[in-house]
Amino acid sequence: MLEVAGLSAWYGQAQALKKVAFRVDDGELITLVGRNGAGKTTTLRCLVGLHREMEGRIVLGGEEISGWSPERRARAGLGFVPDDRGIYATLTVDENLTLPPQVGPTAWPLDRIYATFPVLRERRRASGAKLSGGEQQILSIARALRMGARILLLDEPTEGLAPVLVQQLREMLLDAKREGLTALLVEQNLRFATAVADRHYLLAQGEIVETLDNAAVAVRERELLRHLGV
Amino acid sequence: MRRGPRRTSMDLGYATLQVFNGLVNGAFYALLSLGLAVIFGMLRVVNFAHGAFYMLGAFAAYLLQLELGIGFWPALVLAPAAVALVGIAVERLLLRRLYGLDPLYGFLLTFGLTLLIQDGMRVRFGLQGQPYATPTELGGSLSLGAIAYPAYRLFVIAFSLAVCVAVWYAIERTRLGMVVRASIERRDLTRAFGISVDRWVTGTFAFGIALAGLAGVLAAPMRNVSPTMGAEPVILTFAVVVIGGMGSIAGAVVAGFAVGVLASLGAIVNPALENILVFALMAVVLLVRPAGLFGSLEAR
Repeated sequence: MLEVAGLSAWYGQAQALKKVAFRVDDGELITLVGRNGAGKTTTLRCLVGLHREMEGRIVLGGEEISGWSPERRARAGLGFVPDDRGIYATLTVDENLTLPPQVGPTAWPLDRIYATFPVLRERRRASGAKLSGGEQQILSIARALRMGARILLLDEPTEGLAPVLVQQLREMLLDAKREGLTALLVEQNLRFATAVADRHYLLAQGEIVETLDNAAVAVRERELLRHLGV
Repeated sequence: MRRGPRRTSMDLGYATLQVFNGLVNGAFYALLSLGLAVIFGMLRVVNFAHGAFYMLGAFAAYLLQLELGIGFWPALVLAPAAVALVGIAVERLLLRRLYGLDPLYGFLLTFGLTLLIQDGMRVRFGLQGQPYATPTELGGSLSLGAIAYPAYRLFVIAFSLAVCVAVWYAIERTRLGMVVRASIERRDLTRAFGISVDRWVTGTFAFGIALAGLAGVLAAPMRNVSPTMGAEPVILTFAVVVIGGMGSIAGAVVAGFAVGVLASLGAIVNPALENILVFALMAVVLLVRPAGLFGSLEAR
């Protein structure tokens, strides 16, 4: 589904990513783990086309997309859930949901969104700025589901969420995965990562240093937690 | 003492007259600052050439009449459309090259354009104003209790208000407006959600310019059509935009009418107060609410 090879990125003189390579197959949910500043968010911004100082190959469904505009990539099926949640204050909840075009056959109808997330239905006419952090996170993910994206790119969806919401998010992702969801998740929360994902890429100082499966993460949990600084 | 009551009633009549004069001026400020606000929101360009496009709108109406015998009503649509075409060319050929640079460059470019357009028109038409007839349907005056007021000016107030409400509705309540609002708020992110923001930028600029052109057509029967007619209103319009809040739609409209009325009422006390009041208000707003009455700093 998504294959990244030799991805390097810069901020001026500073190199943020060094020849990063990974792949996400159909129906797979994988995570990029790493401490702050390791390059996780930069990787996602390169994928969606918002970070331009980069080189390397990004292949989505067999097509090389690294030269494409952000809008063309979104229409090709990248569903972005940014780290700041990307909720528009000047748009209502309804409008936030329906702003992106529906790009794939798996697009969730609005009814299903509201049935799954009743909290959004209650606030559908409210401005996006009026939502709590947790509600904004849900809205951000719901928006990507409504697009019918082929692959979801989630940037730290659990950050700042109450434990009960993290639990809900986990169940929702597992449900969606059973329906065939493909996703790349950037995460610092190891427990959450192993609960939902199949594989983990460990990113350190802009390089992928290890690929781990869930069993390996369980065995080395203490060491990894120390590495992540959490 | 016997003169007292008479004088009061005359003052009341004069005050009413000035309120309506203020509303007429406000109608122009509202249309002009609405266009400026939409353009600034979407392009982050302070379009100094707005007054020049207003003047081109008036000239387009004048030339349609002179060369083709096309009257006021068709000109109300045709002239803004023609001016919008010039706007599209300006955005595509010139402004587009400046995105991502210091906003000062956009300001300098549009300032230069203003001089170019103004002097170009001056070479062709001279400095003297050209007359433009009031449409016959709107000749004469209407009685408004104490005063009689020209029908055409009342039409200007009503028509401008209707246009402002329609624009507000289109931006706040339609899908098209939603895309514009999203692009104004977070341009890059909106692209990452599959919206071709660049395509909307040209359209938004053309639309803002068309509003300036429309104001120009409306001004033609009231003011002399001359190459420098846009120079004065554009300065006050910038004050209006600052008072209302940069990029705010409602702010532009409300501040437009409010500034018009305030200036006219000030002129009752002393004609020199007319502009002083506006800029004093701007200074106060900047001190108390730097983002403007309807603006929010976070959205910047």
